Amino acid sequence: MKGRLGRAIVLALPWSWMALFFVVPFLIVLTIAFAEPSEGLPPYTPLLRWSEEGGPVIQLNLANFRLFLEDPFYLEAGLRSLRVAAISATLCLLIGYPMALAIARAPERWRATLLMLVILPFWTSFLLRITAWIGILQDQGWLNSALMALGVIREPLRLLYTDFALYIGITYCYLPFMVLPLYATLSKLDPALLEAAEDLGARPWRAFLQVTLPLSMPGVVAGFLLVFIPVVGEFVIPELLGGPGAQLIGRVLWTEFFQNRDWPLASALAVVLLMILVAPIALFQARAAREGR
Amino acid sequence: MSSAVAARPGTAEPWRDPAADPFLRIEGVTKRFDGFVALDAVTLPIYRGELFALLGASGSGKSTLLRCLAGFIEPDAGRIVLDGQDLAGVPPYERPINMMFQSYALFPHMTVAQNIGFGLRQEGAPKALIADRVAEMLALVQMEGFGNRKPAALSGGQKARVALARALAKRPKLLLLDEPLSALDKNLREATQFELVNIQERTGTTFVIVTHDQEEAMTMATRLAVMDRGTLAQVGTPGEVYEFPNSRFTAEFLGTANILEGVIEAADDQVTRIGSSELDFDILAEAGALKPIGSRAYVAIRPERMRIERTDPATPLADNRLVGRVRDIAYFGDFFMYYVVLDSGKEIRVSQPNLRRMTARPVDWDDRVAVTWDAEASMVLPE
Repeated sequence: MKGRLGRAIVLALPWSWMALFFVVPFLIVLTIAFAEPSEGLPPYTPLLRWSEEGGPVIQLNLANFRLFLEDPFYLEAGLRSLRVAAISATLCLLIGYPMALAIARAPERWRATLLMLVILPFWTSFLLRITAWIGILQDQGWLNSALMALGVIREPLRLLYTDFALYIGITYCYLPFMVLPLYATLSKLDPALLEAAEDLGARPWRAFLQVTLPLSMPGVVAGFLLVFIPVVGEFVIPELLGGPGAQLIGRVLWTEFFQNRDWPLASALAVVLLMILVAPIALFQARAAREGR
Repeated sequence: MSSAVAARPGTAEPWRDPAADPFLRIEGVTKRFDGFVALDAVTLPIYRGELFALLGASGSGKSTLLRCLAGFIEPDAGRIVLDGQDLAGVPPYERPINMMFQSYALFPHMTVAQNIGFGLRQEGAPKALIADRVAEMLALVQMEGFGNRKPAALSGGQKARVALARALAKRPKLLLLDEPLSALDKNLREATQFELVNIQERTGTTFVIVTHDQEEAMTMATRLAVMDRGTLAQVGTPGEVYEFPNSRFTAEFLGTANILEGVIEAADDQVTRIGSSELDFDILAEAGALKPIGSRAYVAIRPERMRIERTDPATPLADNRLVGRVRDIAYFGDFFMYYVVLDSGKEIRVSQPNLRRMTARPVDWDDRVAVTWDAEASMVLPE
């Protein structure tokens, strides 16, 4: 009895945290998403109204969700965000996997230092680091100046405010989220498994493809999701480094919320975004549960 | 000298034939790690079809030697020749050698059948052939019906069988076994030992097995090498090494031995007489001790070759007879081990089989006892 009470208390903390900071805010957003925009404070209509006969009436406005499906502007922004997130996560994977593997196979005494180097950029302000990239990539920036001084180019290249700059910024910022879970999986891999593969006739490259890679899939999936999910809603990096033409869903959300004061539409977009992102996480969880059995 | 020692029935003994060509030649293999000499010019011929055991404590170099054979470690000096092929510079994946790992190292994401077929898949063998061979291997290790299981769903003994099947699937010229049974409990280990020997005899594959378990080495091996600090302390059949140890190290490492020290005083064709300052009396040993008269010698006597009886001070003194007090008695079930302290302070271990149930021990704690043995039980150590 006492043990159960203690357990209940311990469990109550994370549960109330989840309720307070996830469930309640999400319910508020969901409520707003079904409302209609209006002038005034707050800038949306209440869902629960009293009809003229005196009874309570719940009015659900589905127009915001319909707009997402019907207006190609929102759909395209959503799809473009998913594409940018997928490409960014792939870039992070291609750069992060060799890094994580190198750290996992480095001599024991070096590993902590190498990991620290991966995390070190987090100690500087995020905005400062992005601004630094502006300094590097702009027309008169370091990269162009260096290339011109070397005689590689005559005219400065247009780098800033392009997809190139966008991917550099995102990959740079999110790389540690890829490296850390990959390192965690790869460092736990029994080196005897690779030796066994080689002993049985697998050349190093084939041993990697048949043993290391499949056994590190949980890390690959975790790293991919850790990059993919936040990048879908990323607002700051596209705003500061990306081109003006390509509207991403994060930017659209911001515009609808702050400039157009259309809270219901912004909320509906946020709900749709969440639904899209829940699917891959659920898939991953199901896979992890199956592997665990 | 080993005519008294039983060999495995039907086993040829090619190592006794000077004309026989060794299947595996390890010649002067040396390996250093940061100044530490792990292998010191090890030379060892191993013959086709042998089950050879490398026995030693941790740090003796036995695992390093095994990894040199597998190709994971390149020796600093010396060469390894298998069936006429010099293995220098040949990577592990090109050696006709397979290994059963201590942790088994089964691929957790593959089924038992995929694990066993892994080696053949690397060669690009046709699927039908792989399937046949996998079925044959599963039958060999009595694991039919387990092909679709994942390693996580197997018991320790089953994992060991799959690891053995996987290592044998490519028909290697040489199979290396790294502490293959150390993860199993005692009963299962004994059963699996016999099965391993059985499979080795049926397939005719040459096995080199690394173990720190002397019982495992004694029961399984055709020959064994006791390793000590990167060198081979002694090489021989289990019986040879047990009955004719060449040094204090092997006498004490393989089995238990009481070591007495003395000087060879006389030798004729009947008996060797060794005088000892530790004892009041001489030690008698069989004739043929290799050392000249006057030289120092260690004599090893196995506890099971000694007799123990209560004595009274009036008994006359005699050769090969020690007198002391029983300090401790350890009960092992099948035998008793008596710890006898001599008047000189030296401790002697004597074991007596537990032949009859529920009888009073003839000798008890603190009894004054005499320990005696026959001259042929005295092993004069050459080193």
